[in-house]
Amino acid sequence: MSLFRAENLSVRFGGIRAVDSVTFDVRRGEVFSIIGPNGAGKTTIFNLISRIYNSTEGKLTFDEHDITRIPPHRIAGLGIARTFQNIELFANASLLQNLLIGRHCHAATGILAQMGFLPSARRDELRHREKAEDVIAFLGLERYRDTLIANLPYGVRKVVELGRALCTEPKLLLLDEPSSGLNVEETEGMGFWIEDIKKDLGITVIMVEHDMSLVNQVSDRVMALNYGKVLSMGSPREVQSDPEVIRAYLGGEVEV
Amino acid sequence: MRYVFRTNYRQDLAAWRHRGDVFWYSLLLIVTLLIPMVMGEFYVGELGAVFIFAIAGVGLMLLVGYTGLISLGHAAFLGIGAYTNSVLLSKGVPFLITLPVAGLFTALCGAAIGRPTLRMSGLYLAIATLAFGSIVGTIFQKWTSVTGGFDGFPVPTPYVFGIPLDNATGIYYASLVVLIFVLWLSTNMLRTPVGRAMVAIRDSEISAQSMGIHLARYKTLAFAVSAGMTGLAGALFAHYVRYLAPDAFDVLLSVQFVTIVFVGGLGSIRGAILGALFVRLLPQFIAIIRDDLPFGIGRMPGLEPSLFGLILVLVILFQPGGIDGLWLKTKHWFQAYPLKRATGGRRQKSYARSERLR
Amino acid sequence: MEDAARLLQLVVNGAAAGCIYGLIALGFVLIYKATEMVNFAQGDIMMLGGFLAFSLIAHWGLNYWIGALLAILITAAFGYVLDAVVLRRVIGQPQFAVVMLTLGLGFIFRAGAGITWGYDSVGFETPFTNKTVNLGGLVLGQDNVSIIVGTVILCGVLFTFFSKTRLGVAMQAASQNQLAAYYMGIPVRNIFSMIWAISAGVAAVAGILLSPVSMIDVNMGFLGIKAFAAAVIGGFGSIPGSLIGGVIVGVVEQLAGYYLPAGFQEVTSNVVLLAMLILRPQGLFAERMGKRV
Repeated sequence: MSLFRAENLSVRFGGIRAVDSVTFDVRRGEVFSIIGPNGAGKTTIFNLISRIYNSTEGKLTFDEHDITRIPPHRIAGLGIARTFQNIELFANASLLQNLLIGRHCHAATGILAQMGFLPSARRDELRHREKAEDVIAFLGLERYRDTLIANLPYGVRKVVELGRALCTEPKLLLLDEPSSGLNVEETEGMGFWIEDIKKDLGITVIMVEHDMSLVNQVSDRVMALNYGKVLSMGSPREVQSDPEVIRAYLGGEVEV
Repeated sequence: MRYVFRTNYRQDLAAWRHRGDVFWYSLLLIVTLLIPMVMGEFYVGELGAVFIFAIAGVGLMLLVGYTGLISLGHAAFLGIGAYTNSVLLSKGVPFLITLPVAGLFTALCGAAIGRPTLRMSGLYLAIATLAFGSIVGTIFQKWTSVTGGFDGFPVPTPYVFGIPLDNATGIYYASLVVLIFVLWLSTNMLRTPVGRAMVAIRDSEISAQSMGIHLARYKTLAFAVSAGMTGLAGALFAHYVRYLAPDAFDVLLSVQFVTIVFVGGLGSIRGAILGALFVRLLPQFIAIIRDDLPFGIGRMPGLEPSLFGLILVLVILFQPGGIDGLWLKTKHWFQAYPLKRATGGRRQKSYARSERLR
Repeated sequence: MEDAARLLQLVVNGAAAGCIYGLIALGFVLIYKATEMVNFAQGDIMMLGGFLAFSLIAHWGLNYWIGALLAILITAAFGYVLDAVVLRRVIGQPQFAVVMLTLGLGFIFRAGAGITWGYDSVGFETPFTNKTVNLGGLVLGQDNVSIIVGTVILCGVLFTFFSKTRLGVAMQAASQNQLAAYYMGIPVRNIFSMIWAISAGVAAVAGILLSPVSMIDVNMGFLGIKAFAAAVIGGFGSIPGSLIGGVIVGVVEQLAGYYLPAGFQEVTSNVVLLAMLILRPQGLFAERMGKRV
């Protein structure tokens, strides 16, 4: 049963087809990885799904809803969360505040109730705090709870980015290069977290990744992309032994 | 050094961090309530003006310091509040109604300028609000049937439950009440999703959207709340000056408001109040030392705006945290003594971050 | 025929005023393209340049051309020093800190000018004052024509400078990518100070050209606000753009003054500005940019 489906997804920037008729579906509860050389269009697909860009063709379906043209602030409410390749945290706020902002789409009280800090708003705040603390416990971020993001090291920020996405209680999590900038141990730790997210939290994950060990560790299925087109799709082993994929990464023979 | 030991989430939610804060703020409140009984009319009047500017300052701080939207035209909102309040009073509407109505109407005007400027940031927003302020100023001048134009508009005396508020003490208490209301409102906003949404918009619009924050709604709301608070300040301002003239609400006043926010310290409500104190007391200070200044500087016209300019420049160059930053540094110095470090308050080297792409 | 003549007169007046707006806007754009700072005190630097020329020409009796050149050079040097001493320190602070800083500097300049030259309007003799030129039956004031001609020449010089000389190309490079420029051996911080110098010089030219038409006084810098409209129309991006933007604002203002009821002329530039910002913020020429995440 597919949770998410992209059909003939295409986007053009000027004359460049950044994403060209990409079709794939993601099944509920799986970890789906997208690999490909730089510039293949992987992050662009994420930007299309989280509606930062408008697609020029194609259809996106999430949980039976057509999300091709919905405004970007609605995807969190539907259950899609994402992390950003270059970390887009709120730098002048504390870690806790960043996570609480992640809870925004689940705010149960209206603006007026919040401005008056009615008892319902107070209860809602406590509820959000508890959920945020659950995520902090899950990721082991207690000691950084009140630190300003600007003062945190890079590795911790990547984890906070993940935590903020988890706070939105998503059904689908888009992870954009979760291991970039992390060393070997941190990457392994990230892999364990992704497995926990899949097994304990039941969240479906789409991951853009370059690190093949991580891809092999966690993925159920893999899709390889190059120049915006799908090269290959299947299990990690199948895709990595596909000659087209090897040629895209390593280059082919020179024709003399 | 005090360590705040927290045992439940409710503590983090509360407006005070610990019992000590409650004590000091209560003391401050009592002192403020008693001031008119011990000090002369002039000082009470000046403090009333400080409260009025603090109300506008809090409004602007929410917009600039917390949502990251700059406005160089806030004097327009002060004027809209002032004129709305006065015109309604002159038609016989009681003060207790004209005050909130002035605030709400100004909030609507704020939303009206907030909506079309949604996609603007930084520089362009500054220019747009500057133009807006100018246009509103011209409307005050030209719409003589309502505002009286350059002839001026005498402000009728407001009555609260039969008591006329026609002296400095009356204005003082009225402004204090409104200031406390505005502080309560801001505190509430900042500890709930509304305020956090504003901070999110300031720091990263794209990920704010990914978190479900509707940019248009919250930016418009920020403008509306900011304008509304300034409108309330404007209504009170009308009673402080007693006679409205359209050129009171000019660019210089808007710059004074932004100075309040900057010199006070961006990003803190306390900063708005400290900034208002500073900006209102500076002219008094100048008046006192005027004759003692060398080279006849004290006698030259344009001393006040130039001092404003100088202070603004010095604060931005050397103390970007403003007075609030200075306060915090001093407090930490005392708390950490004798373990203070010389580098404790030093600024880090920072690199330019392009604002063409947010 | 009379209506056409009157219309043409308005257009020429508007174009002349527009050239001044365009020159101030040019100053904004040069600095903005390089450092993303906007100098809200640009109009006040124009005022300082004008006063300086007044001192040199009217007070100390220098020849007009020498006095003007000297005033331009001194103002340019002032711009260089301003950047080196003050503006360099605020790199890294958010944009509105710079806005406030330059606003504050504007106040200081105005007060300084008031102390030095007083608060009355002054003027000085130029080769163009009170003379007219006859163009095919149309009589135009030489002062207005001098503004237009002077502006066009200046823009031509600047355009050639930026595209053909080494220094100009280096400036373009530094504007587009600071780090890469450093790697190419370009002393970026000095270049930026030089850009401020050019900007200040351009402002001084505007002040000098303006003086026969409207006297020099302390509040002359408020024209800077109208120049924003010019810069925005030009898309904050280019020399010709600023100039065209300025002329559009100037002409629209003159036409508004003639066809609309009294008192609406002063608000015209603000309305044009607001309308542009809302409807087409990228100006008439520039492209929109977005962020890659």
